[in-house]
Amino acid sequence: MVDVLIVGSGAAGAAVAWSLAETKMRILCLEQGDWQNSSTYPSTGRDWEARRWADFDISPNRRARETDYPIDDSQSAMKIANFNGVGGGTVFYTAHWPRMHPSDFRVKTLDGVADDWPIDYWALEKFFEENDRMMGVSGLEGDPGVPPRHPPMPPLPLGKTGTLYGRTMNQLGWHWWPSDSTIATQDYEGRAKCINLGHCTPGCAQGAKASTDITYWPLALRAGVELRTRARVREIVTNEQGMASGVVYYDAQGEEHFQPAEVVIVACNGIGTPRLLLNSISSRHPNGLANSSGLVGKNLMLHPWPQVRGYVPERNDGDHAPMLSLWSKQFYETDPNRDFVRGYTMQFARGTGVVTEAVTSMSVGALPWGTDHHRIARELIHHRIQVGIACDDLPEETNRVTLHPDLKDSNGIPAAKVDYKIGENTRRMMEHGIARATEILEAAGAKGIYTSRTLLNSPGHMLGTCRMGNDPARSVVNAWGRSHDVKNLFIVDGSTWVTGGGLNPTSTIQAVALYMADQIKQRLATLFD
Amino acid sequence: MTATGLSPSENRDLRRVAGLMVPASTEYKVPGADDPKIVADIERSIGRDMGEIHNALAALAGIADLDDAAAMAKAEAFRSAGGPAVAAFERCVLQCYYRDDRVVISLGLEARPPFPKGHVLEQGDWSLLDPVRKRAKMWRDA
Ligand SMILES: Cc1cc2nc3c(=O)[nH]c(=O)nc-3n(C[C@H](O)[C@H](O)[C@H](O)COP(=O)(O)OP(=O)(O)OC[C@H]3O[C@@H](n4cnc5c(N)ncnc54)[C@H](O)[C@@H]3O)c2cc1C
Repeated sequence: MVDVLIVGSGAAGAAVAWSLAETKMRILCLEQGDWQNSSTYPSTGRDWEARRWADFDISPNRRARETDYPIDDSQSAMKIANFNGVGGGTVFYTAHWPRMHPSDFRVKTLDGVADDWPIDYWALEKFFEENDRMMGVSGLEGDPGVPPRHPPMPPLPLGKTGTLYGRTMNQLGWHWWPSDSTIATQDYEGRAKCINLGHCTPGCAQGAKASTDITYWPLALRAGVELRTRARVREIVTNEQGMASGVVYYDAQGEEHFQPAEVVIVACNGIGTPRLLLNSISSRHPNGLANSSGLVGKNLMLHPWPQVRGYVPERNDGDHAPMLSLWSKQFYETDPNRDFVRGYTMQFARGTGVVTEAVTSMSVGALPWGTDHHRIARELIHHRIQVGIACDDLPEETNRVTLHPDLKDSNGIPAAKVDYKIGENTRRMMEHGIARATEILEAAGAKGIYTSRTLLNSPGHMLGTCRMGNDPARSVVNAWGRSHDVKNLFIVDGSTWVTGGGLNPTSTIQAVALYMADQIKQRLATLFD
Repeated sequence: MTATGLSPSENRDLRRVAGLMVPASTEYKVPGADDPKIVADIERSIGRDMGEIHNALAALAGIADLDDAAAMAKAEAFRSAGGPAVAAFERCVLQCYYRDDRVVISLGLEARPPFPKGHVLEQGDWSLLDPVRKRAKMWRDA
């Protein structure tokens, strides 16, 4: 028996494990994947780009490691990206680190759409700061586009590409700022500083990128938390009192185990979490656990993310640096003069590696076969600039995660199926962003401008499928992550989000997770009341 | 079937099409993608794409025996049809071609993995931020 059982060791699970460790409760985390070995990450070999379409592909379906589970995203306008292992998605993430804005928590009050969150930015502020110190954030204070924050390290250099963007944005009179990022620009808490290995997505061999396997986990383990890998949870079991009594999981050999626990905390992300709850059916919970509202799996938000790219005459940073360099908040907040509410962050990317450039350009007909191939390749390679438009995504119940009728993982557990369509407000926002990004690229002198609306864009953000709220009929968990139905069951990952914001979510996912852990600590004596 | 999973005729067809896709160039001093070393790398590296590569080579069957004009026409028909087999074929060729030392060096890059040497990123012009610093607060409080 353990006091606290956490399922999932990613961004949220790691933060909660670390935070709760000081209680001295017996804490166990079950994670279906493995520890990663940074000396085998792609950037250590000449095939580093090719491995991003193989064992380091962002799609679990193509990567198809033993530790992955399949996800049917054939009915989704956006494809699913994730990573399953200690650190979860943070092993693969791009380390872009914006926070939700205060207005993101009040969309109903301010903009008349969706719902307000039951918590606000200011309740989370100290957890944002704590998390920034724990993950190790680089950035620059003084940005008029976002509330004050205090990144502990200086920002990544602008480089040639960032300088070009900065000059262009000044010419247009639009806001820009060096992005906060969880890439160490100085040696930080045992992590070596960034040496520009290229895009950070498929793991950082230098250890400069803050994935939770190298930030929270070593500290949590030292404080006595146990982390059991290759432990895939099939279902959460409940007792006659309607409380969670533990979980059933499979080990690496496929052996089934029951792990009893006083408290169960789920941190499997916006797809893994509803999948687990929907798989936890019993006579008491025929529609899945914690699902009296019927909202488990619904309101999935995936952040449509158009990308607009072009090619400038001068050679730039290419992939010789972390991919993301700057953000713009020019179009983030609602403007009544537009035909949509809410807004988006613009993300300014450097170029790509040589192989990626060739493959992506050929796939859209920009790089020909035959004799002209070499001349055109040289106009493209390390000449790319690219603006991503991180659109706010509003909840819609028809966008959802359900259980697949046939597809199963290697342990025979039903897989998740994703149905997702882009809403009308978001479509308008996307087109607005694409038009602005095109203006930026043209002003920067780019030619060969190409827009990818959704197909290639899988930001790996999975939100909203177990939303939080004060009304048990309209939400799955309360404001501090406790299930309305099962009083010792908590959900702490991005599935608790009420709305999506127009930005990368992990800073806020972890701040919310730390807030929830703090609430649990403060309420220990009355936790199940 | 060769050790890499392709039949001898598939191997010949793959080589022919790779050369049509990326021919050798004396101007840029690079081999074509039909260079034996690159073709061997392509075959070894097909991995997860084997199914689609078989599909692609079925559509291209016999191309190795055609004259240049007929081969080009067949390759063009294959390419313009599009679909997953074309995407997989192009990716399998390009991911090996563009990691060949001769090609990488011709692009002015070093033939090495990124780690452990990394790269140098210049600071850039931070004075460009001065006008942005002067802007009024843009975020809505709530
Ligand atoms: C390619 C890519 C780029 C990204 N870039 C950014 C970025 O720049 N900035 C940003 O903010 N975010 C980024 N993200 C998103 C970020 O990774 C996620 O927001 C974050 O990891 C979510 O945290 P989480 O704790 O909710 O879930 P995860 O980190 O996904 O962790 C969930 C864990 O649960 C485990 N699990 C699931 N089901 C079970 C089960 N049944 N039994 C046992 N274990 C289970 C999984 O194996 C996984 O390790 C990116 C993601 C990807 C994939």
